[in-house]
Amino acid sequence: MVVVGAGECGTRAAFELREAGWNGPITLVGAEHSRPYERPPLSKYVLTGSEGNVEPPALYEDGALRDAGIEYVAAATVTGVDREGHEAVLADGRRIPYERLLLATGASARRLPVAGIEAGGVHYLRSRADAIVLRDRLRPGARIGVIGAGFIGLEVAAAAAARGCAVTVIEAAPRPMSRAVPAAIATAVADRHRQAGVDLRCGLAMERLTRQDGALLLELGAPREAPGPAVQRLPHRRGWSGPAAEPHTYTVPRPSEALPLAFDTVVAGVGAVPETALAEKAGLAIDNGVRVDDRLITSDPDIFAAGDCCSFPHPLYGGRRIRLEAWRNAQDQGRAVARNMLGDGRPFAAVPWFWSDQFDLTLQIAGLPDAAAREVVRDRPDGVTIRFGLGDDGRLLYAAAVGTGNAVAKDISLAEILIARRAVPDPAPLTDPAVPLKTLLRQAPS
Amino acid sequence: MSTWIAACQTDDIDPEDVIPFQHEGVGYAIYRSPEDDFYATAGHCTHERMLLCDGLVMDNTIECPKHNGRFDYTTGRADGAPVLVDLPTYPVRVEDGTVFIGIG
Ligand SMILES: Cc1cc2nc3c(=O)[nH]c(=O)nc-3n(C[C@H](O)[C@H](O)[C@H](O)COP(=O)(O)OP(=O)(O)OC[C@H]3O[C@@H](n4cnc5c(N)ncnc54)[C@H](O)[C@@H]3O)c2cc1C
Ligand code: FES
Repeated sequence: MVVVGAGECGTRAAFELREAGWNGPITLVGAEHSRPYERPPLSKYVLTGSEGNVEPPALYEDGALRDAGIEYVAAATVTGVDREGHEAVLADGRRIPYERLLLATGASARRLPVAGIEAGGVHYLRSRADAIVLRDRLRPGARIGVIGAGFIGLEVAAAAAARGCAVTVIEAAPRPMSRAVPAAIATAVADRHRQAGVDLRCGLAMERLTRQDGALLLELGAPREAPGPAVQRLPHRRGWSGPAAEPHTYTVPRPSEALPLAFDTVVAGVGAVPETALAEKAGLAIDNGVRVDDRLITSDPDIFAAGDCCSFPHPLYGGRRIRLEAWRNAQDQGRAVARNMLGDGRPFAAVPWFWSDQFDLTLQIAGLPDAAAREVVRDRPDGVTIRFGLGDDGRLLYAAAVGTGNAVAKDISLAEILIARRAVPDPAPLTDPAVPLKTLLRQAPS
Repeated sequence: MSTWIAACQTDDIDPEDVIPFQHEGVGYAIYRSPEDDFYATAGHCTHERMLLCDGLVMDNTIECPKHNGRFDYTTGRADGAPVLVDLPTYPVRVEDGTVFIGIG
C-alpha cells in the first residue's frame, strides 16, 4: 500500500490501513520536510502564540510510525504513476511498487490573478514553512493587507490584529465568506473584525500591485455593483467548506478613484486549488479535483483519492459532486479510504463539518450551507443563534452558528447527528430553545 | 491512596451529561451516564486542552467541543484522531446523593 501526501488525510489513512488489519508494507510519501503536522493552527496560534508555543501538533505520537510499521519517506515528491507496472515514481527516480495507491495530495494556495504580482512580496499560507515566514512579518504596527475574506484571510486578519498590526482586508464579493456561511453569520464575524479595528472592505476589486520604496501599493477598483466595461473571470473562493464553486463572473469596475493602499506585507487568501497534477499526468479522470466514486475510487480501480484533492458524490445531498477543503473531512475520508483500499467497499457519507476561530469567536457548520431551501433559527437565551437549513422536503441539511468559546459545539454536534440520520425535524421544537435538541434525536431513527 | 473529594450532588448533573469541577486549581469533568452511573475524568482534552464540559455526551462518549475528538469517559480511552492520548480517569463513589471523586 502506497500513500502519496503526508497531510491530514494521507497520514490518517496510513495508520488506519494497519489498524484495519493490513499486514503488508505501507509507504507514506510526503513532499514536505517536517514530520506530518496539523494545518489548521497555522492561521491561528502559530501566528499569534508566544515563542515556544508555535508548533502545530504532530499527526502522531513519537514512535507511532515505527510501532505501526509505516515507512515514511519525507521530502520526496511522487512525479509519476506507472499504472501498468503498478509503481509510484519519485522525483529522484526511485520506484515504489504498489498493490493499491492512495492520492492524498491535498490542495495548494490559489495564486492571485492580479497585474504586477511579479513585484513580489505576496505571502500565501498553506504550509508550516509559509506560516513561519508570515509570523515574522506580523510585527506590531506593520501594515498588513489581506486579500480575500474567506476563512484563511479572516483568520490571518484576526491573528495580525491580535499581534498589533494595522490590518486591511479586501474582498471582491459583497460580503465575507460569501456562500460558505449563512449571511447572518458572515455579518456577525465582520462586525467582530471591525470592532477589533480591522478595515474590512468588501465589493472591491484589485487592479494592480506595485512596489515602491519597500512598500507594496495596491490599487483598487470601485465597488462591484458599479457598472464596468469588461467582464473578467475570477475564481470564486469557498474557503474550506462546501463544494468549491464554479469560477465566478463579475464586472471589473471603472478605473479606481481610490488612492492606492500601502502595505508592508500582503497576504493572499483567495482559495485553494486541488493538487491534481500527478493524477492528470497518470491519465485519471479529473472533475474539480481527482474524480472518485462514492467509495473514493478513481477511474483506475487500484488508485484511490481522498481529502482536499478529490471530488466525490455525496449521498446525503442527492449524490451531488462536491469537493471539501475541511480538516474533519480529510480525517474521515482518510479512515474510510483505508478500509475501502482493503476491500471494505462502503460508500462515504460522513456529514461535512468544519470550524473557524477568529478572535474570541468560533464558528461551526455541519452540513452544506448552500443546500437548503429555507432557514429556521433557534435563539438561545445566552444570545447564541443556531441556524438550521431545511430542504424542500423538510429534511435538515445544515446547521451553522457562531459564538464565543465553545458555546455552539453541542447544538452543532446534535444537528450533525440529525443530518446524518436524514431527519425531518418538526420546525416548532427545532426553533424553541426550551426544547433540548437531544429530544429530537429520539424522534429521528438512527 | 486516593483522597475522596465531594464534587457535586447527583442531581446537579442531568442524565447523559457532564459538568466541570475544580479542586486545588485542577479541572475535572464529572459525568452521569444514561444508566445513572457517575464517572470522572480530567477536565481538559488531551489534544489542545479545551474544557470538555462544553462537549456533547452520548452514551459512554464525550465529544470535545473544539475539534470533535472523542473519548470513552468510563475508561478514558481516546477514540483516535484528533485525540491520540487517553484521558486520565478518577474513581467515583456516590454516598447519600453526593458524588465523591478519588484523587491523588
Ligand atoms: C492555514 C490553514 C488553516 C486551516 N484551518 C482550518 C480550520 O480551521 N478548519 C477546517 O475545517 N479546516 C481548516 N483547514 C483545512 C485543512 O487543513 C485541510 O482540509 C486539510 O489539511 C486537508 O488535508 P489533506 O491531507 O487532504 O491535504 P493537505 O493537508 O494539503 O496535505 C497534502 C500533502 O500532500 C503533499 N503532496 C502533494 N503532492 C504530493 C506529491 N506529488 N508527492 C508527495 N507529496 C505530495 C503536500 O505537500 C501536503 O503535505 C485549514 C487549512 C489551512 C492551510
Ligand atoms: S481540543 Fe479536543 S479535539 Fe482538539
